[in-house]
Amino acid sequence: MLPKTAIYTILISLTLILGGIWASDHLSFLPAVASTNAPIYDELFKVLFVIGTILFVGMTALVVYSLIHFRKKPGETGDGLPIEDNLPLEILWTAIPAIVILFVGLYSYDIYERMGGMQTLNHSHNNESEMVHQRLWGGIGSAKQETESLQSIPVLNIELTAMQFAFLFNYPEGEIISGELHVPLGQPVSMRMESKDVIHAFWVPEFRLKQDVIPGQPTILNFTPTKAGRYPIICAELCGPYHGGMRSTVVVEQPEEYQSWFQKNAKQPEIEL
Amino acid sequence: MSFSIQQENTQKEPNLQPTGWFRYFSFSLDHKVIGLQYLVCGFIFYLIGGSLASAIRIELVSPISDFMPREIYNQILTLHGTIMIFLWIVPVVNGAFGNYLIPFYVGARDMAFPRLNAVAFWLIPPAGLMLISSYFINGAAQSGWTAYPPLSITTPAAGQIVWIISVLLLGGSSIFGGINFIATILKLRRPGLKLMQLPMYCWAMLGTSILVVLSTPVLAGTLILLSFDIVAHTGFFNPALGGNVIVYQHLFWFYSHPAVYIMVLPAFGLVSEILPIHSRKPLFGYTTMVYSIMGIVVLGLIVWAHHMFTSGTPPWMRLFFTIATAFIAVPTGIKFFNWVATLWGGRISINSAILFSCGFIVNFVLGGITGVALAQVPFDVHVHDTYFVVAHFHYIVYGGSVFVIFSSIYHWYPKFTGKMLNEKLGKLHFIITFIGFNLCFAPQHWLGLNGMPRRVAEYDPQFALVNQISSIGALLMALSTLPFLFNVIYSAIKGEEAGDNPWQALTPEWLTSSPPPVENWVGEAPLVTKPYGYGEEEHKNDEPTNNELQSL
Ligand code: HEM
Ligand SMILES: [Cu+2]
Ligand SMILES: [Cu+2]
Repeated sequence: MLPKTAIYTILISLTLILGGIWASDHLSFLPAVASTNAPIYDELFKVLFVIGTILFVGMTALVVYSLIHFRKKPGETGDGLPIEDNLPLEILWTAIPAIVILFVGLYSYDIYERMGGMQTLNHSHNNESEMVHQRLWGGIGSAKQETESLQSIPVLNIELTAMQFAFLFNYPEGEIISGELHVPLGQPVSMRMESKDVIHAFWVPEFRLKQDVIPGQPTILNFTPTKAGRYPIICAELCGPYHGGMRSTVVVEQPEEYQSWFQKNAKQPEIEL
Repeated sequence: MSFSIQQENTQKEPNLQPTGWFRYFSFSLDHKVIGLQYLVCGFIFYLIGGSLASAIRIELVSPISDFMPREIYNQILTLHGTIMIFLWIVPVVNGAFGNYLIPFYVGARDMAFPRLNAVAFWLIPPAGLMLISSYFINGAAQSGWTAYPPLSITTPAAGQIVWIISVLLLGGSSIFGGINFIATILKLRRPGLKLMQLPMYCWAMLGTSILVVLSTPVLAGTLILLSFDIVAHTGFFNPALGGNVIVYQHLFWFYSHPAVYIMVLPAFGLVSEILPIHSRKPLFGYTTMVYSIMGIVVLGLIVWAHHMFTSGTPPWMRLFFTIATAFIAVPTGIKFFNWVATLWGGRISINSAILFSCGFIVNFVLGGITGVALAQVPFDVHVHDTYFVVAHFHYIVYGGSVFVIFSSIYHWYPKFTGKMLNEKLGKLHFIITFIGFNLCFAPQHWLGLNGMPRRVAEYDPQFALVNQISSIGALLMALSTLPFLFNVIYSAIKGEEAGDNPWQALTPEWLTSSPPPVENWVGEAPLVTKPYGYGEEEHKNDEPTNNELQSL
């Protein structure tokens, strides 16, 4: 009797696990991967998805099975067995979730570390003195692998100003102000973000990155684009009637294309009046 | 047994209570009348909040903003959220069922402070009417139910101030209620009734009331400061005047995260009452159930900043709040396993009450899983403020609390009225609700992951199809209230007589007539020390189980 139950339990659990893994490989739940942070994020998503599917399908199956198998048959009266508790069982189902949670927590900490969330932001924005009395709140740093391998590439500094209902990008070097974000493929970007009025948020789903843009409190977001293309920039914080329309585009292009865009728009030093 | 000690409050309020149907429209002090007043009033607000939800979903059928002006969309969104939370779920799972059941469960004839109780209820209708009328007078608040500054400071002031005053009144009502529940559970227990013999809903309400009393005043204080910023141009939260917008978020979520547990803990308690009766088995794991409630209370108070992972929190803080949040899954998980163990091996009657309760288990498990995922900072960074979050919290508040409210109505209606609800209509109601709910909210997970932010009247056309599916689900949910409404009204008039105890339940409210007399019992209140003793008589001669140990 007991071995049979055990075998069923193992078989069902195995099916669930394999099913979950299959589903996470074959169903697409996320948009394109376009930054160094995105593939790391997707690893975590996969793990959470597998664990979540197992739990959800398992619990649902238990409930449905109970409702069918233990339903009162016609004409049946009387009660079930007066079982009030079972300490070993209760310890088991406290301990297992606790271990799973701890595992998920530590794993996602590792992911976060690799995404650059725990490091002090290595923004190379000028004006160090300003930083002393102005607290800069981190968005997320650059992904770790990138800081190690791409250390030689200089960081591109961009300043973002958000206002009702637009994003403005300022390239201090060329004194460009643009409504569209242009970034070269493969170069780390450090973006300093300020809001003129209410709270906005900068979100690029393909980068898996989001950071609020907070009035009175500049924030920084670092990222490295890894796939050429045009991706939406979305305001994700309710900022007024036209919040839904507050969108822009990030254009990730080959370094040469980026250079020509930059040249075309940059203020030429010799034309100075 | 000592049946002699009588309750004080029996003598204090002698027969002031009106009788007959009109007492439901009067300033009654009877906890049962007040409970039903909460329930009916809450349901009316639910219909209003639901109509607003339908308006939102109609707007979202097409990707452009065409059904209503954008300001109105934000007003409706704000009203919907505020009404559903403060005028429907919180008053009903706490006020309605708490008032109706707690005095029975502790063996009292009324709540500890009957007048305060009536005041707590009567704050609600004016606050709700005021909130809604602001829409017609000068435009309702439009900064979302979170009212984040500086948006709430810069949008038209009149609506925002009305919003603040209504929420303050509703918060006051909730605090009065909380104090009353704590006093009733701790002080009015019938002599001989130990804390660990109380029905689980008492524990849930004790935990909830602790949360209410600790966190609601913080919200009140915060909103008062916000109103100063709006009308007196102080600068607590206004960055233009040196204020800090993040401080508001910390204070706001210090209340509003626990508010989620204020909405679901009582629901957990109600399910713990319903499942044993209809599966004819004792509630499994009483002791761990009690500890897990207290665990949820403690953890619930220290996780608020998980709503602020993208707004401006230092890395260590994100780490702390991730771990603390995720760990709530442990006590919550215990409760779910215990409920399944309660069903396991039972003799389950498949009726509307148990279907809604089991629907709750399934929906809430999914909401809980996405909750644990959201607790992970890197995961949250992508989906925060998107439709993924909208899906998550509706699985919690609708799939959780609303399913339980319906389950409870099917279960206690015979007690309230002496009549049975029609089971066929009840099952129809369940099926439409369950399908509509999942059709409406499940696809929203995908929307959020793929780039649809929340609180928007217009969106990228690639999301149109999925939004339309979601709106069809919402339509089904709206339709599902029809069989319910018909059932409730029809059965009150023509329903089958229920008798006093149609479920052969052992909890104290069933050991009196249906509906119960004004002071709950004619004569002495029964002393119920084993509210879940199902199957004990019948299996007395089986091999000894551990319940001998239990009753020591
Ligand atoms: C009757 C079925 C319901 C439907 C179809 C529905 C639908 C919606 C929709 C479409 C939104 C807008 C999402 C957004 O853009 O952020 C929303 C927001 C919201 N809903 Fe519901 N909802 C329902 C029930 C409930 C219930 C029972 C609650 C209980 C607490 C609730 C609480 C909220 C809250 C708090 C918001 C956020 C409002 C805000 O962003 O300020 N809803 N709902
Ligand atoms: Cu914005
Ligand atoms: Cu916005």
